[in-house]
Amino acid sequence: MTAVLQISGLGKTYQSGHTALSHVDLTINKGEIFALLGPNGAGKTTLISIVCGIVTPTAGLVSVAGHDHAREYRAARSLIGLVPQELHTDAFETVLATVSFSRGLFGKPRDPAFIEKLLRDLSLWDKRDAKIMELSGGMKRRVMIAKALSHEPEILFLDEPTAGVDVELRRDMWQMVHGLRERGVTIILTTHYIEEAEEMADRVGVISKGELILVEEKHALIKKLGRKTLTLNLAEPLSSIPPALADWKLELAGDGHELVYEFDSQAEATGVPSLLRRMSDIGVGFKDLHTKQSSLEDIFVGLVHRDNNAAATGEAA
Amino acid sequence: MISNLRGIRAIYQFEMARFGRTFWTSLMLPVITTALYFVVFGSAIGGRMSEVGGVPYGAFIVPGLMMLTMFTESISNASFGIYMPKWTGTIYEMLSAPLSPLETVIAYVGAAATKSVIIGAIIFATAHLFVDVQVAHPLLMVGFMLLMAVTFCLFGFIIGIWAQSFEQLQVIPLLVVYPLTFLGGAFYSLDMLPATWRTVTLFNPVVYLISGFRWTFFGQGDVAIEVSMGAVALFFALCLGIIFWMFRTGYRLKS
Repeated sequence: MTAVLQISGLGKTYQSGHTALSHVDLTINKGEIFALLGPNGAGKTTLISIVCGIVTPTAGLVSVAGHDHAREYRAARSLIGLVPQELHTDAFETVLATVSFSRGLFGKPRDPAFIEKLLRDLSLWDKRDAKIMELSGGMKRRVMIAKALSHEPEILFLDEPTAGVDVELRRDMWQMVHGLRERGVTIILTTHYIEEAEEMADRVGVISKGELILVEEKHALIKKLGRKTLTLNLAEPLSSIPPALADWKLELAGDGHELVYEFDSQAEATGVPSLLRRMSDIGVGFKDLHTKQSSLEDIFVGLVHRDNNAAATGEAA
Repeated sequence: MISNLRGIRAIYQFEMARFGRTFWTSLMLPVITTALYFVVFGSAIGGRMSEVGGVPYGAFIVPGLMMLTMFTESISNASFGIYMPKWTGTIYEMLSAPLSPLETVIAYVGAAATKSVIIGAIIFATAHLFVDVQVAHPLLMVGFMLLMAVTFCLFGFIIGIWAQSFEQLQVIPLLVVYPLTFLGGAFYSLDMLPATWRTVTLFNPVVYLISGFRWTFFGQGDVAIEVSMGAVALFFALCLGIIFWMFRTGYRLKS
């Protein structure tokens, strides 16, 4: 595997004194999809902005396909496409004009056939002569993506691509990302949604308080964090858990109206079907049920907590 | 320093398209203003005024009028051109593009200056409907016009980067440049002023610019042409230097 992006010792302290990033080392391999997860203000956007040349780092080096991103900025930036989180668009330009503009800005010769294909792929071709301000939020997001892809970048940054996006566009976006990967484009995306990382990424990095606290293969991460809870709303309240259900680690909640079962969703046998069968055998009925994946928020709290504990232990020693 | 010509062309065309959207307003405004100035200054007041240094008053105000409009247009167009992407956030794209600061400046300032020169030419043409204006040094006049347009667009570009609100964007052109130009001999010769005021006026840098431009028309100005040219060169170099510094430090462009 060849590295297409190498970040070493990257740090950013803003003039206000706020440290957004401290000593981040990260290597992205060519052709992979990398998801950067983190709560708001963790430094995801700062990291992306530095690589793209929008924010100047206070420490560290970034190398894009072997080109130092400060000294050889032309070579480095030509390879990168960026879809920022916010919908920054011109109001009065037409879709076709703004996408063609982006291609020119990156020094690429005109290629109407390519632009047409790009717009068709993103379902924007019918809207090519519409002014951007006439478009819906989802359509504007598509325009931003078209602009980022207009110069055929080898690395694509998607900053919160599906924040506030409807289901259809989200699915389209995932499809597009997979299509790009097949063509060898490296994709780095930031997200709040664990399902999104699950659906798309090969590797996942977790960033918290400006530090990259974990970089892991997706499957390993999901295995580690993929806890789920099943909640059953019982037909009749129970005062205690029946001995017949002792094999499952169950808890009673809601004054005996709810039975809660925590399980590993990735395991061969989750224990859910057998639990339901046993309940029916012994005549414990339920009105409703729902399962809940441990949210990314929970995971962050866990990870950051662990991080802090480790630091405290280190200090004590 | 310059290798992304397509990038320059993209921004230039984008800016020209922006002007194109307000084409008729942009065209009519200088025509109407010029006409108004000629009615008020040329006919109403000019009729009671003698010639200025052998030049009929109507013709005398043409260079000043051109400069006045070109200064304000240059500053507002160039400052708006770079301020808008900052304001809407679309500047992210320019900052992430393989574009050098020089290329960026050439594109934005080039487009704004093009518009200024067109407006200057429209005023010049409109003036001919009212008075007979002879240009003594046509080549120098065109050169001076180009240089003034570029310099004030550079100045506008600086304001556009500096400004953090629409109010700040307006403040310099309206409160500084417009009065200085008006008091800088756009519509009168310094000889008409009392000696004290003449001395005070010589501290106004715009005097040297307007005087130089008037010299290219009539072969005479309030100050020597060499002094005017020196002032223009100085202003040009100053603006260029500030812009160079802004890009090097990322001043109000990059954090």
